[in-house]
Amino acid sequence: MSRYFTEEHEWVEVEGKIATVGITEYAQQQLGDVVFVDVPAEGKQFDKGDEAAVVESVKAASDVYSPVSGTIVEGNDVLADEPGLVNSDPEGDGWFFKLELTDAGELDSLMDEAAYKKFVADL
Amino acid sequence: MTDHIAEMMERVADKLLPLDAWHRARGGRMVPFAGYQMPVQYEGVMAEHLWTRENAGLFDVSHMGQVLLTGDAPDVALEAIVPGEIQKLGVNRMRYSVLLNEEGGILDDLMVTRRERDLYLVVNGACKYDDLAHMRETFPDEVVITLLDERALFALQGPKAGEALASLIPEVASLYFMQAGAFTFEGMSLWISRSGYTGEDGFEISVDCDHAEVLADRLCALDVVKPIGLGARDSLRLEAGLPLYGHDLDETVSPVEGDLSFAISKRRRAEGGFAGAERILEELEEGTDRKRVGLAIEGRQPVREGAELFSGDRMVGKVTSGGFAPTLGAPIAMALVKSAFAPLGTALEAEVRGKRIPVTVAAMPFVPHRYHRPKTA
Repeated sequence: MSRYFTEEHEWVEVEGKIATVGITEYAQQQLGDVVFVDVPAEGKQFDKGDEAAVVESVKAASDVYSPVSGTIVEGNDVLADEPGLVNSDPEGDGWFFKLELTDAGELDSLMDEAAYKKFVADL
Repeated sequence: MTDHIAEMMERVADKLLPLDAWHRARGGRMVPFAGYQMPVQYEGVMAEHLWTRENAGLFDVSHMGQVLLTGDAPDVALEAIVPGEIQKLGVNRMRYSVLLNEEGGILDDLMVTRRERDLYLVVNGACKYDDLAHMRETFPDEVVITLLDERALFALQGPKAGEALASLIPEVASLYFMQAGAFTFEGMSLWISRSGYTGEDGFEISVDCDHAEVLADRLCALDVVKPIGLGARDSLRLEAGLPLYGHDLDETVSPVEGDLSFAISKRRRAEGGFAGAERILEELEEGTDRKRVGLAIEGRQPVREGAELFSGDRMVGKVTSGGFAPTLGAPIAMALVKSAFAPLGTALEAEVRGKRIPVTVAAMPFVPHRYHRPKTA
Protein backbone atom coordinates (compact mmCIF):
# COMPACT_ATOMS: atom_id res chain seq x y z
CA MET A 1 0.00 0.00 0.00
CA SER A 2 1.44 3.37 -0.90
CA ARG A 3 0.24 6.95 -0.87
CA TYR A 4 0.78 9.55 -3.58
CA PHE A 5 0.05 13.28 -3.74
CA THR A 6 -0.71 15.89 -6.42
CA GLU A 7 0.14 19.57 -6.74
CA GLU A 8 -3.61 20.18 -6.56
CA HIS A 9 -3.57 18.82 -3.00
CA GLU A 10 -5.24 15.48 -3.59
CA TRP A 11 -3.96 12.25 -2.09
CA VAL A 12 -4.17 8.81 -3.71
CA GLU A 13 -3.88 5.59 -1.74
CA VAL A 14 -3.27 2.56 -3.95
CA GLU A 15 -4.08 -1.02 -3.02
CA GLY A 16 -3.79 -3.43 -5.92
CA LYS A 17 -5.73 -1.87 -8.82
CA ILE A 18 -7.94 0.28 -6.61
CA ALA A 19 -7.03 3.87 -5.81
CA THR A 20 -8.75 5.85 -3.03
CA VAL A 21 -8.75 9.64 -3.53
CA GLY A 22 -9.24 12.51 -1.10
CA ILE A 23 -7.93 15.99 -0.37
CA THR A 24 -5.05 16.72 1.95
CA GLU A 25 -4.91 18.28 5.40
CA TYR A 26 -3.40 21.38 3.77
CA ALA A 27 -6.31 21.59 1.32
CA GLN A 28 -8.98 21.32 4.00
CA GLN A 29 -7.28 24.04 6.01
CA GLN A 30 -7.27 26.33 2.99
CA LEU A 31 -10.91 25.59 2.21
CA GLY A 32 -12.26 26.09 5.70
CA ASP A 33 -15.59 24.67 6.84
CA VAL A 34 -16.82 22.20 4.23
CA VAL A 35 -20.60 22.34 3.86
CA PHE A 36 -21.20 20.23 0.75
CA VAL A 37 -19.45 17.49 -1.21
CA ASP A 38 -20.57 16.01 -4.52
CA VAL A 39 -18.88 12.68 -5.27
CA PRO A 40 -19.03 10.82 -8.61
CA ALA A 41 -21.33 7.85 -9.15
CA GLU A 42 -20.13 4.28 -9.62
CA GLY A 43 -19.20 3.48 -13.21
CA LYS A 44 -18.15 7.00 -14.21
CA GLN A 45 -14.90 7.12 -16.16
CA PHE A 46 -12.30 9.83 -15.78
CA ASP A 47 -9.08 10.71 -17.50
CA LYS A 48 -6.25 11.99 -15.38
CA GLY A 49 -6.96 15.66 -14.57
CA ASP A 50 -10.73 15.53 -15.18
CA GLU A 51 -13.05 17.29 -12.72
CA ALA A 52 -14.36 14.40 -10.65
CA ALA A 53 -15.89 15.88 -7.51
CA VAL A 54 -16.95 19.21 -6.02
CA VAL A 55 -16.21 20.43 -2.53
CA GLU A 56 -17.86 23.57 -1.19
CA SER A 57 -16.90 25.48 1.90
CA VAL A 58 -18.78 28.40 3.42
CA LYS A 59 -16.56 30.61 1.29
CA ALA A 60 -16.23 28.96 -2.11
CA ALA A 61 -16.67 26.01 -4.42
CA SER A 62 -13.64 24.04 -5.62
CA ASP A 63 -13.15 21.20 -8.05
CA VAL A 64 -11.44 17.99 -7.12
CA TYR A 65 -9.60 16.49 -10.09
CA SER A 66 -9.05 12.83 -10.70
CA PRO A 67 -5.30 12.42 -10.11
CA VAL A 68 -5.23 9.29 -12.30
CA SER A 69 -7.37 7.76 -15.05
CA GLY A 70 -9.89 5.12 -14.07
CA THR A 71 -13.45 3.98 -13.44
CA ILE A 72 -15.28 4.88 -10.24
CA VAL A 73 -16.07 1.85 -8.09
CA GLU A 74 -17.40 3.81 -5.10
CA GLY A 75 -18.13 7.37 -4.00
CA ASN A 76 -18.08 8.20 -0.27
CA ASP A 77 -21.81 8.66 0.29
CA VAL A 78 -21.31 9.43 3.97
CA LEU A 79 -20.07 12.90 2.94
CA ALA A 80 -23.56 13.86 1.75
CA ASP A 81 -24.76 13.96 5.36
CA GLU A 82 -21.42 14.61 7.04
CA PRO A 83 -19.40 16.98 4.82
CA GLY A 84 -17.51 18.06 7.94
CA LEU A 85 -15.57 14.76 7.79
CA VAL A 86 -13.46 16.43 5.11
CA ASN A 87 -12.30 18.89 7.78
CA SER A 88 -12.00 16.50 10.70
CA ASP A 89 -10.40 13.55 8.89
CA PRO A 90 -9.43 14.56 5.34
CA GLU A 91 -6.85 11.84 4.85
CA GLY A 92 -9.01 9.09 6.41
CA ASP A 93 -12.82 8.89 6.71
CA GLY A 94 -13.16 12.05 4.61
CA TRP A 95 -12.06 10.26 1.40
CA PHE A 96 -13.96 11.20 -1.78
CA PHE A 97 -13.98 8.24 -4.17
CA LYS A 98 -12.33 4.95 -5.15
CA LEU A 99 -11.50 4.13 -8.72
CA GLU A 100 -10.05 1.22 -10.63
CA LEU A 101 -6.81 2.32 -12.27
CA THR A 102 -6.60 2.33 -16.06
CA ASP A 103 -2.84 2.83 -16.12
CA ALA A 104 -0.85 2.28 -12.94
CA GLY A 105 2.08 3.93 -14.74
CA GLU A 106 0.42 7.32 -14.20
CA LEU A 107 1.26 7.07 -10.52
CA ASP A 108 4.91 7.64 -11.36
CA SER A 109 4.21 11.29 -12.12
CA LEU A 110 2.77 11.95 -8.64
CA MET A 111 4.66 12.96 -5.51
CA ASP A 112 5.41 10.75 -2.55
CA GLU A 113 4.73 12.03 0.98
CA ALA A 114 8.19 13.54 1.48
CA ALA A 115 8.05 15.38 -1.85
CA TYR A 116 4.53 16.68 -1.11
CA LYS A 117 5.57 17.91 2.34
CA LYS A 118 8.38 19.86 0.73
CA PHE A 119 5.99 21.16 -1.96
CA VAL A 120 3.59 22.50 0.70
CA ALA A 121 6.41 23.95 2.81
CA ASP A 122 7.58 25.94 -0.23
CA LEU A 123 4.14 27.42 -1.00
CA MET B 1 -8.24 22.14 -5.81
CA THR B 2 -6.22 24.73 -7.72
CA ASP B 3 -8.42 27.63 -8.74
CA HIS B 4 -9.56 28.78 -5.34
CA ILE B 5 -6.14 28.81 -3.70
CA ALA B 6 -4.38 30.33 -6.70
CA GLU B 7 -6.99 33.09 -6.85
CA MET B 8 -6.31 34.05 -3.28
CA MET B 9 -2.57 34.26 -3.79
CA GLU B 10 -2.63 36.02 -7.11
CA ARG B 11 -2.55 39.67 -6.16
CA VAL B 12 0.08 40.97 -3.82
CA ALA B 13 0.24 44.69 -4.58
CA ASP B 14 -2.58 45.52 -2.19
CA LYS B 15 -2.49 48.15 0.50
CA LEU B 16 -2.10 47.09 4.10
CA LEU B 17 -4.60 47.90 6.83
CA PRO B 18 -3.31 49.97 9.75
CA LEU B 19 -3.72 46.81 11.84
CA ASP B 20 -2.16 44.41 9.34
CA ALA B 21 0.39 43.02 11.80
CA TRP B 22 -2.25 42.76 14.52
CA HIS B 23 -4.44 40.59 12.29
CA ARG B 24 -1.55 38.33 11.30
CA ALA B 25 -0.46 37.94 14.92
CA ARG B 26 -3.98 36.76 15.75
CA GLY B 27 -3.95 34.12 13.03
CA GLY B 28 -5.83 36.16 10.43
CA ARG B 29 -5.53 34.75 6.94
CA MET B 30 -5.06 37.76 4.70
CA VAL B 31 -6.62 37.92 1.23
CA PRO B 32 -6.98 40.72 -1.32
CA PHE B 33 -10.27 42.61 -1.09
CA ALA B 34 -11.13 46.10 -2.32
CA GLY B 35 -7.46 46.88 -2.90
CA TYR B 36 -6.38 45.86 0.61
CA GLN B 37 -4.98 42.80 2.29
CA MET B 38 -7.91 41.89 4.54
CA PRO B 39 -8.38 39.15 7.13
CA VAL B 40 -10.86 36.66 5.63
CA GLN B 41 -10.87 34.48 8.75
CA TYR B 42 -9.06 33.72 12.00
CA GLU B 43 -10.30 30.41 13.42
CA GLY B 44 -12.85 29.66 10.69
CA VAL B 45 -15.83 31.31 9.03
CA MET B 46 -18.45 29.04 10.62
CA ALA B 47 -17.20 29.47 14.19
CA GLU B 48 -16.75 33.23 13.74
CA HIS B 49 -20.22 33.62 12.25
CA LEU B 50 -21.90 31.74 15.10
CA TRP B 51 -19.80 33.61 17.68
CA THR B 52 -21.06 36.92 16.29
CA ARG B 53 -24.70 35.76 16.42
CA GLU B 54 -24.26 34.76 20.08
CA ASN B 55 -21.63 37.12 21.49
CA ALA B 56 -19.81 40.03 19.86
CA GLY B 57 -17.42 40.17 16.93
CA LEU B 58 -14.88 42.86 16.09
CA PHE B 59 -14.51 43.55 12.36
CA ASP B 60 -11.78 45.76 10.92
CA VAL B 61 -13.45 47.64 8.08
CA SER B 62 -10.78 50.30 7.70
CA HIS B 63 -10.78 49.72 3.94
CA MET B 64 -14.10 51.58 3.76
CA GLY B 65 -14.07 55.24 2.82
CA GLN B 66 -14.84 57.73 5.58
CA VAL B 67 -15.66 61.02 3.93
CA LEU B 68 -16.51 64.44 5.35
CA LEU B 69 -18.61 66.99 3.50
CA THR B 70 -18.23 70.55 4.76
CA GLY B 71 -18.58 74.05 3.35
CA ASP B 72 -21.73 75.55 1.92
CA ALA B 73 -24.89 73.37 2.03
CA PRO B 74 -23.35 69.93 1.55
CA ASP B 75 -26.77 68.39 2.26
CA VAL B 76 -28.32 70.13 -0.73
CA ALA B 77 -25.39 69.08 -2.91
CA LEU B 78 -25.61 65.47 -1.77
CA GLU B 79 -29.34 65.33 -2.41
CA ALA B 80 -28.61 65.86 -6.10
CA ILE B 81 -27.09 62.36 -6.27
CA VAL B 82 -28.92 60.44 -3.53
CA PRO B 83 -32.70 59.90 -3.23
CA GLY B 84 -32.88 60.15 0.57
CA GLU B 85 -33.96 62.98 2.87
CA ILE B 86 -30.67 64.58 3.91
CA GLN B 87 -31.68 68.22 4.53
CA LYS B 88 -34.02 67.24 7.37
CA LEU B 89 -31.78 64.53 8.79
CA GLY B 90 -31.35 65.35 12.48
CA VAL B 91 -27.98 65.98 14.10
CA ASN B 92 -26.28 62.70 15.08
CA ARG B 93 -28.82 60.72 13.06
CA MET B 94 -27.79 58.50 10.17
CA ARG B 95 -29.44 57.10 7.09
CA TYR B 96 -28.71 54.42 4.52
CA SER B 97 -28.68 55.74 0.97
CA VAL B 98 -27.40 55.12 -2.55
CA LEU B 99 -25.27 57.22 -4.90
CA LEU B 100 -27.02 57.41 -8.25
CA ASN B 101 -25.86 57.98 -11.80
CA GLU B 102 -27.89 59.96 -14.31
CA GLU B 103 -29.64 56.77 -15.43
CA GLY B 104 -30.79 56.02 -11.88
CA GLY B 105 -28.32 53.14 -11.47
CA ILE B 106 -26.49 52.68 -8.19
CA LEU B 107 -22.84 53.79 -8.13
CA ASP B 108 -22.41 52.81 -4.47
CA ASP B 109 -24.40 52.42 -1.28
CA LEU B 110 -23.47 54.42 1.78
CA MET B 111 -24.31 55.65 5.26
CA VAL B 112 -24.89 59.38 5.73
CA THR B 113 -24.70 60.94 9.20
CA ARG B 114 -25.44 64.56 9.96
CA ARG B 115 -23.01 65.86 12.56
CA GLU B 116 -22.96 69.28 14.14
CA ARG B 117 -20.55 70.77 11.61
CA ASP B 118 -20.51 68.36 8.68
CA LEU B 119 -21.96 65.36 6.92
CA TYR B 120 -20.03 62.14 7.60
CA LEU B 121 -20.28 59.45 4.94
CA VAL B 122 -19.12 55.84 4.98
CA VAL B 123 -18.77 54.35 1.49
CA ASN B 124 -17.53 51.02 0.16
CA GLY B 125 -13.77 50.52 0.03
CA ALA B 126 -13.77 49.31 -3.56
CA CYS B 127 -15.72 52.40 -4.71
CA LYS B 128 -14.28 55.16 -2.55
CA TYR B 129 -12.00 56.83 -5.09
CA ASP B 130 -14.66 56.71 -7.79
CA ASP B 131 -17.20 58.11 -5.33
CA LEU B 132 -14.88 60.98 -4.46
CA ALA B 133 -14.30 61.75 -8.13
CA HIS B 134 -18.04 61.65 -8.80
CA MET B 135 -18.80 63.98 -5.91
CA ARG B 136 -16.06 66.42 -6.97
CA GLU B 137 -17.53 66.48 -10.45
CA THR B 138 -21.12 66.91 -9.27
CA PHE B 139 -20.87 69.21 -6.25
CA PRO B 140 -20.50 72.97 -6.40
CA ASP B 141 -17.02 74.24 -5.51
CA GLU B 142 -18.35 75.55 -2.20
CA VAL B 143 -18.70 71.99 -0.87
CA VAL B 144 -15.45 70.61 0.55
CA ILE B 145 -14.89 66.87 0.30
CA THR B 146 -12.34 65.27 2.60
CA LEU B 147 -11.32 61.61 2.71
CA LEU B 148 -10.45 60.70 6.30
CA ASP B 149 -7.65 58.34 5.38
CA GLU B 150 -5.99 58.72 8.77
CA ARG B 151 -8.99 57.11 10.49
CA ALA B 152 -9.51 53.39 11.00
CA LEU B 153 -13.03 51.93 11.22
CA PHE B 154 -14.19 49.00 13.34
CA ALA B 155 -17.55 47.30 13.61
CA LEU B 156 -18.47 45.62 16.89
CA GLN B 157 -21.48 43.41 16.21
CA GLY B 158 -23.59 40.91 18.09
CA PRO B 159 -26.14 40.61 20.91
CA LYS B 160 -23.41 41.28 23.50
CA ALA B 161 -21.89 44.25 21.64
CA GLY B 162 -23.95 46.71 23.71
CA GLU B 163 -22.78 45.45 27.10
CA ALA B 164 -19.23 45.00 25.80
CA LEU B 165 -18.76 48.53 24.53
CA ALA B 166 -20.64 50.06 27.47
CA SER B 167 -18.21 48.32 29.84
CA LEU B 168 -15.50 50.53 28.35
CA ILE B 169 -17.57 53.59 27.39
CA PRO B 170 -20.76 53.69 29.50
CA GLU B 171 -22.19 56.66 27.54
CA VAL B 172 -22.75 54.57 24.39
CA ALA B 173 -25.68 52.84 26.11
CA SER B 174 -27.77 55.90 25.25
CA LEU B 175 -27.48 55.30 21.49
CA TYR B 176 -30.28 53.60 19.62
CA PHE B 177 -30.04 52.03 16.16
CA MET B 178 -28.97 54.59 13.53
CA GLN B 179 -27.88 57.17 16.08
CA ALA B 180 -24.31 58.36 16.51
CA GLY B 181 -22.09 60.60 18.57
CA ALA B 182 -18.60 61.66 19.61
CA PHE B 183 -17.08 59.85 22.59
CA THR B 184 -13.71 59.71 24.29
CA PHE B 185 -11.96 56.68 25.68
CA GLU B 186 -8.47 56.71 27.24
CA GLY B 187 -7.79 60.00 25.52
CA MET B 188 -8.90 58.75 22.09
CA SER B 189 -11.52 60.72 20.15
CA LEU B 190 -14.02 58.24 18.79
CA TRP B 191 -16.98 58.65 16.50
CA ILE B 192 -19.42 55.86 17.30
CA SER B 193 -22.69 54.94 15.63
CA ARG B 194 -25.15 52.19 16.56
CA SER B 195 -25.24 50.47 13.20
CA GLY B 196 -23.67 47.65 11.24
CA TYR B 197 -23.90 45.05 8.52
CA THR B 198 -24.83 41.83 10.32
CA GLY B 199 -28.48 42.34 11.33
CA GLU B 200 -27.37 42.30 14.99
CA ASP B 201 -27.17 45.11 17.48
CA GLY B 202 -23.78 46.74 17.34
CA PHE B 203 -21.60 49.73 16.65
CA GLU B 204 -19.30 51.19 14.09
CA ILE B 205 -16.33 52.99 15.61
CA SER B 206 -14.13 55.49 13.82
CA VAL B 207 -10.74 55.98 15.47
CA ASP B 208 -7.46 57.62 14.60
CA CYS B 209 -5.14 55.04 13.00
CA ASP B 210 -2.55 55.71 15.70
CA HIS B 211 -4.98 54.55 18.38
CA ALA B 212 -6.59 51.71 16.45
CA GLU B 213 -4.42 48.96 17.86
CA VAL B 214 -4.96 49.96 21.49
CA LEU B 215 -8.71 50.12 20.94
CA ALA B 216 -8.78 46.72 19.21
CA ASP B 217 -6.77 45.24 22.08
CA ARG B 218 -9.09 46.74 24.71
CA LEU B 219 -12.14 45.35 22.93
CA CYS B 220 -10.68 41.89 22.31
CA ALA B 221 -9.56 41.69 25.94
CA LEU B 222 -13.27 41.39 26.80
CA ASP B 223 -14.46 37.78 27.16
CA VAL B 224 -17.37 38.23 24.78
CA VAL B 225 -15.37 39.83 21.93
CA LYS B 226 -13.33 38.05 19.25
CA PRO B 227 -11.92 39.35 15.97
CA ILE B 228 -14.03 38.25 13.01
CA GLY B 229 -12.99 38.07 9.36
CA LEU B 230 -14.52 39.12 6.06
CA GLY B 231 -15.81 35.61 5.39
CA ALA B 232 -18.24 35.76 8.30
CA ARG B 233 -19.04 39.40 7.52
CA ASP B 234 -20.31 38.20 4.15
CA SER B 235 -22.35 35.26 5.48
CA LEU B 236 -23.81 37.43 8.28
CA ARG B 237 -24.94 40.19 5.91
CA LEU B 238 -26.39 37.61 3.52
CA GLU B 239 -28.49 36.09 6.32
CA ALA B 240 -29.55 39.63 7.26
CA GLY B 241 -30.74 40.21 3.67
CA LEU B 242 -28.38 43.17 3.22
CA PRO B 243 -27.09 43.71 -0.33
CA LEU B 244 -23.38 43.82 -1.17
CA TYR B 245 -22.39 46.47 -3.68
CA GLY B 246 -20.70 45.09 -6.80
CA HIS B 247 -22.67 41.85 -6.42
CA ASP B 248 -26.34 42.42 -5.57
CA LEU B 249 -26.24 46.04 -6.68
CA ASP B 250 -24.35 47.69 -9.52
CA GLU B 251 -24.56 50.71 -11.80
CA THR B 252 -27.34 49.14 -13.86
CA VAL B 253 -29.56 48.36 -10.86
CA SER B 254 -31.92 51.08 -9.64
CA PRO B 255 -32.93 51.36 -5.98
CA VAL B 256 -36.43 50.14 -6.90
CA GLU B 257 -35.05 47.05 -8.64
CA GLY B 258 -32.67 46.58 -5.72
CA ASP B 259 -35.62 46.45 -3.26
CA LEU B 260 -34.33 49.64 -1.64
CA SER B 261 -37.39 51.82 -2.20
CA PHE B 262 -37.41 52.51 1.55
CA ALA B 263 -34.33 54.67 0.90
CA ILE B 264 -36.32 57.00 -1.38
CA SER B 265 -37.75 59.51 1.08
CA LYS B 266 -41.28 60.91 0.88
CA ARG B 267 -40.31 64.50 0.07
CA ARG B 268 -37.87 63.33 -2.58
CA ARG B 269 -40.59 61.22 -4.23
CA ALA B 270 -42.81 64.29 -4.39
CA GLU B 271 -40.12 66.71 -5.53
CA GLY B 272 -37.71 64.59 -7.55
CA GLY B 273 -34.56 66.55 -8.32
CA PHE B 274 -32.02 63.75 -7.91
CA ALA B 275 -29.97 61.90 -10.52
CA GLY B 276 -32.07 59.35 -12.36
CA ALA B 277 -35.28 60.66 -10.77
CA GLU B 278 -37.21 60.26 -14.00
CA ARG B 279 -36.58 56.52 -14.18
CA ILE B 280 -36.86 55.93 -10.46
CA LEU B 281 -40.13 57.82 -9.93
CA GLU B 282 -41.62 56.03 -12.91
CA GLU B 283 -40.50 52.68 -11.52
CA LEU B 284 -42.14 53.48 -8.18
CA GLU B 285 -45.42 53.98 -10.05
CA GLU B 286 -45.20 51.37 -12.77
CA GLY B 287 -42.98 48.72 -11.25
CA THR B 288 -39.75 47.31 -12.67
CA ASP B 289 -38.74 44.58 -15.06
CA ARG B 290 -36.64 42.84 -12.42
CA LYS B 291 -36.26 42.79 -8.66
CA ARG B 292 -33.81 41.72 -5.98
CA VAL B 293 -35.20 38.78 -4.00
CA GLY B 294 -34.10 36.19 -1.46
CA LEU B 295 -33.94 32.50 -2.32
CA ALA B 296 -34.29 29.44 -0.12
CA ILE B 297 -32.35 26.52 -1.62
CA GLU B 298 -33.38 22.88 -1.47
CA GLY B 299 -30.73 20.45 -0.28
CA ARG B 300 -27.26 21.35 0.95
CA GLN B 301 -25.39 22.51 -2.14
CA PRO B 302 -24.72 26.25 -2.08
CA VAL B 303 -25.88 28.20 -5.14
CA ARG B 304 -23.33 30.91 -5.81
CA GLU B 305 -23.15 34.25 -7.58
CA GLY B 306 -23.67 33.92 -11.33
CA ALA B 307 -25.91 30.84 -11.25
CA GLU B 308 -28.74 31.21 -13.76
CA LEU B 309 -32.34 30.82 -12.60
CA PHE B 310 -35.00 29.08 -14.66
CA SER B 311 -38.74 28.71 -14.73
CA GLY B 312 -39.07 25.65 -16.94
CA ASP B 313 -36.88 26.39 -19.97
CA ARG B 314 -37.02 30.13 -19.53
CA MET B 315 -34.09 31.94 -17.95
CA VAL B 316 -35.66 34.43 -15.54
CA GLY B 317 -32.77 35.73 -13.47
CA LYS B 318 -29.37 35.29 -11.93
CA VAL B 319 -28.03 34.72 -8.45
CA THR B 320 -26.14 37.81 -7.26
CA SER B 321 -24.73 36.34 -4.07
CA GLY B 322 -25.16 33.02 -2.40
CA GLY B 323 -23.62 30.73 0.12
CA PHE B 324 -24.16 28.64 3.17
CA ALA B 325 -26.03 30.22 6.08
CA PRO B 326 -24.37 28.96 9.27
CA THR B 327 -27.23 30.15 11.51
CA LEU B 328 -29.76 28.21 9.44
CA GLY B 329 -27.54 25.27 8.49
CA ALA B 330 -28.71 25.60 4.89
CA PRO B 331 -27.75 27.41 1.70
CA ILE B 332 -29.38 30.77 0.89
CA ALA B 333 -28.99 33.30 -1.91
CA MET B 334 -29.99 36.66 -3.29
CA ALA B 335 -30.91 37.10 -6.92
CA LEU B 336 -32.17 39.54 -9.50
CA VAL B 337 -35.22 37.98 -11.15
CA LYS B 338 -37.87 39.11 -13.60
CA SER B 339 -40.62 40.75 -11.55
CA ALA B 340 -43.24 38.21 -12.63
CA PHE B 341 -41.16 35.62 -10.75
CA ALA B 342 -40.43 37.79 -7.70
CA PRO B 343 -43.51 37.06 -5.50
CA LEU B 344 -42.75 35.13 -2.30
CA GLY B 345 -43.09 31.40 -2.74
CA THR B 346 -42.36 31.36 -6.49
CA ALA B 347 -40.66 28.05 -7.34
CA LEU B 348 -37.64 28.28 -9.66
CA GLU B 349 -34.60 26.20 -10.49
CA ALA B 350 -30.96 27.24 -10.26
CA GLU B 351 -28.45 25.72 -12.63
CA VAL B 352 -25.27 24.67 -10.86
CA ARG B 353 -22.64 22.73 -12.81
CA GLY B 354 -25.22 21.41 -15.23
CA LYS B 355 -27.64 20.34 -12.48
CA ARG B 356 -30.97 21.95 -11.68
CA ILE B 357 -31.50 22.73 -8.00
CA PRO B 358 -35.01 23.70 -6.79
CA VAL B 359 -35.16 27.13 -5.13
CA THR B 360 -38.03 29.24 -3.76
CA VAL B 361 -38.34 33.01 -3.53
CA ALA B 362 -38.17 33.68 0.22
CA ALA B 363 -38.66 36.65 2.55
CA MET B 364 -35.64 38.55 3.75
CA PRO B 365 -34.05 38.89 6.20
CA PHE B 366 -33.40 35.16 6.41
CA VAL B 367 -32.41 35.65 10.06
CA PRO B 368 -34.45 38.31 11.94
CA HIS B 369 -32.76 41.64 12.65
CA ARG B 370 -32.12 42.40 16.30
CA TYR B 371 -31.40 46.12 16.21
CA HIS B 372 -31.47 48.19 19.39
CA ARG B 373 -34.52 50.36 18.84
CA PRO B 374 -36.53 52.44 21.34
CA LYS B 375 -39.33 50.40 22.90
CA THR B 376 -42.68 51.34 21.45
CA ALA B 377 -45.78 51.13 23.63
